[in-house]
Amino acid sequence: MSALDLETQGLHKNFGALIVASNIDFRLEHGARHALIGPNGAGKTTFVNLVTGALRPSAGRILLGGQDITHQPQAARVKRGLVRTYQINALFRRLSVLENVTLAISERDGIAGNFFRPAGHYRAAIAEAYALLESLGLADEALRPVNELAYGRQRLTEIAVSLGLKPKVLLLDEPAAGVPSGETGAIIDMIERLPADIALLIIEHDMDLVFRLAKRITVLVQGSVLVEGPPKEIAANEQVRQVYLGERAHT
Amino acid sequence: MMETPAKETPSKPGDVLDAFARRHRFRALEVLPWLVAAASYFIFPDYLALGAQILATIVFALSVDLILGYAGIVTLGHAAFFGAGAYTAGILAANGWGEPISGLLAAAAVAAVLGVATGAIILRTTGLTLLMQTLVIATMLLELANKAGQWTGGADGLQGMQVWPIFGAFRFDLFGKTAFLYCFAVLLICWLIVRAIAYSPFGRSLTGIRDNVKRMHAIGSPVNRRLLIAYTISASLAGISGALIAQTTQFVGLGVLSLERSGTVLIMLIIGGVGQLYGAFIGVPLYMIAQDRFATIDPVYWYFWIGLFMIFMVVFARGGVLGAIERVKLWYRASIGARK
Amino acid sequence: MDVSLDNFLSSAISIAFHGLAQAMVLYLISVGLSITMGLMGFVNLAHGAFAMAGGYAMTTLMNRYDVPFVFAVAAAVAVGVIIGLVLERLLYRRLYGGDELDQVLMTIGLIFVTVGAATYFWGPVAQPMRPPAALSGQLEFASRQFPVYRTFLICCGAVLVTALWLGLERTRFGAQVRAAVDNNRMAQAIGINTSQLFAITFTLGSGLAALGGALGADLLAIKTDYALENLVYFLIVVAVGGLGSIRGPFVAAVLVGTADTAFKYTAPEFGAFFIYALTMVLLLWRPNGLFGRA
Repeated sequence: MSALDLETQGLHKNFGALIVASNIDFRLEHGARHALIGPNGAGKTTFVNLVTGALRPSAGRILLGGQDITHQPQAARVKRGLVRTYQINALFRRLSVLENVTLAISERDGIAGNFFRPAGHYRAAIAEAYALLESLGLADEALRPVNELAYGRQRLTEIAVSLGLKPKVLLLDEPAAGVPSGETGAIIDMIERLPADIALLIIEHDMDLVFRLAKRITVLVQGSVLVEGPPKEIAANEQVRQVYLGERAHT
Repeated sequence: MMETPAKETPSKPGDVLDAFARRHRFRALEVLPWLVAAASYFIFPDYLALGAQILATIVFALSVDLILGYAGIVTLGHAAFFGAGAYTAGILAANGWGEPISGLLAAAAVAAVLGVATGAIILRTTGLTLLMQTLVIATMLLELANKAGQWTGGADGLQGMQVWPIFGAFRFDLFGKTAFLYCFAVLLICWLIVRAIAYSPFGRSLTGIRDNVKRMHAIGSPVNRRLLIAYTISASLAGISGALIAQTTQFVGLGVLSLERSGTVLIMLIIGGVGQLYGAFIGVPLYMIAQDRFATIDPVYWYFWIGLFMIFMVVFARGGVLGAIERVKLWYRASIGARK
Repeated sequence: MDVSLDNFLSSAISIAFHGLAQAMVLYLISVGLSITMGLMGFVNLAHGAFAMAGGYAMTTLMNRYDVPFVFAVAAAVAVGVIIGLVLERLLYRRLYGGDELDQVLMTIGLIFVTVGAATYFWGPVAQPMRPPAALSGQLEFASRQFPVYRTFLICCGAVLVTALWLGLERTRFGAQVRAAVDNNRMAQAIGINTSQLFAITFTLGSGLAALGGALGADLLAIKTDYALENLVYFLIVVAVGGLGSIRGPFVAAVLVGTADTAFKYTAPEFGAFFIYALTMVLLLWRPNGLFGRA
């Protein structure tokens, strides 16, 4: 059994002469708390798109739990436990919060394709969805349509949907993006409380968040990995400071 | 700052779960359209033929609502399936097999095959391309029907349909009584089917596809398979509707495959409200009765007024009649809440 | 042997010629639609109505008021431009970025209104179109006869596609259009007034359509259901060509025009069936059109 939940080998993507991912070797260990940082346009979301199957690589391999998933469609990777969230909320806007999460759980359980019994009969899925909402403090708004919620609450729903899939590897794309600073606490809290056996990769710009949550950091610049290591090393790295952290030192 | 209207939020978790899990239960108000239809049978004995047409067209509108309102697929070519069903039933009846129920089932089957065949090819596309493909398919079928004169009667229409009595006992009479009851029964069955699908996990996943197809992929949903199944069921229902029209009028013309047929059903749905199950029951009668009235007053300018009405609806009254009712309800609740 | 080869060649040239003339008309009308759809993603099914308006304007002026051809055509373009401007401000602008269904329904409604209005003012009969004396008759070239007016149409088409291409590639306005077609949000972010851009482009497109409708009144008869009857062809040209492109609709129009003429000549029992089949195949192969963006 591999200790690497997620691995990429020489992952490469180019659009003609434009290289958006350059030979990326990446390792995510079991139970990892890993952050992916880099300036705007570095290719962080592209990396996530490649890994999850939303974008097809030009070269390289992707391995999930030791198995080659390079050519598998996105839905298949989700079934194997590779789940992501989106930088801009991608929710079912007209549906209720509870229904958003229930949809995910139904797909996971394989009952979403049934049309002979009403959805309401599948109590277990609904109860599980509600419990998840409770754990994230969203229970009060369970029946409200998602587009009526404040942005921070929508962001939590976004994460709830992905948690409903019981991920083994979770890729959070800027979970705090667009959230007013007063509401980020709930999100940080949730991330800290994630089960230890989920391998977590966070893309973030908020350095406080990164240094607080991550045990390892990968720095991506213009599609290729600049450096990788524990937070202290990254903070002290001169190249990283120049490229990304700027003048502010972080100890 | 996230106040919900006092009536909306149940206080206990159990209440929330119950409210959510019981959405599919039959509500008293749902009997209303059936009462109205039944009453019409007795109150308007001279209009039963029109009534039968309306009931049959509601089946067509339901079939479109399934893929449009629930799955979000905009189609300008659903008449392809309607027409396929009409011609199937028609050709059978004109060539010696006039048994209505089996004709209906044959129409459903033919339309379903057409649906799965075309759906498998075109449902992978989106937007204008998909719209074009639906339009092109229906237009191709129209051309075929036009040229295959010895089967379809071409531009003159299919003549010589002989529809046998239902169950050997109920003849299609001149007053349209049998036709009305026949369409009523078939509509009831079709409606139960569509309703069950809408409230099933499959139907819920369709609304997910409509709202955010990208996310559906990202939660592991086999989107294309779902769409294909929905499209096939929808095609089959449209075929049934076409067969009903054919059997009750004992005639099939090229118009069953026309762009006008595909377009007007969209109009009827938007009048009633899309994706809300009952839009068809409101929009179809309103449109067809209005058209019937108008045809006697001023047939030429029907297009002008209905066009103007549609523009008005889209710009000012999105959501149709049902949407307007929803807005009134919300406004009412908000004003009650404000007074407290 | 020689005779049948000569016949074949004759037929081929005739088909190519007439097909090309038809293609130019289709192109004139559809290019505006391609650009505006590519620019704003708006499904405008009523585009043919602008062509119809131009056609009615020109034929009425020429037939009823004996206005000379050139002025009648200019008036037709003006009519297209004005109606385009008014409708864009009043109606289309409300549905930008909106639901595809809303756009489809509103534009269908608009088509219906034009059918009714045209019936009211002109009745159901098709408007005849007689080309001016200067453009009538036959042209003799390489010992074959070619109708002058069709030649004129082909020249117009060629001139137009060149002018449009230059306009798009060489002017600042064209650059802005290309940027906004590529990425609307980014274009706005760098200060391009996309709303105004669209209004101008839409108006231009309507004017071009009116021009096409007027010049092509001979080929696409001006009658009350013009917008409905020709809708499929306009959409085919745009969809097969690719949205937001100048070249795409040109190539698609040539394909459709010549194929249509060829099929009608060689296999008239099947009418337009083969065009539709061809369209389906092309769209399956290239869902974004031949020159469209992914």
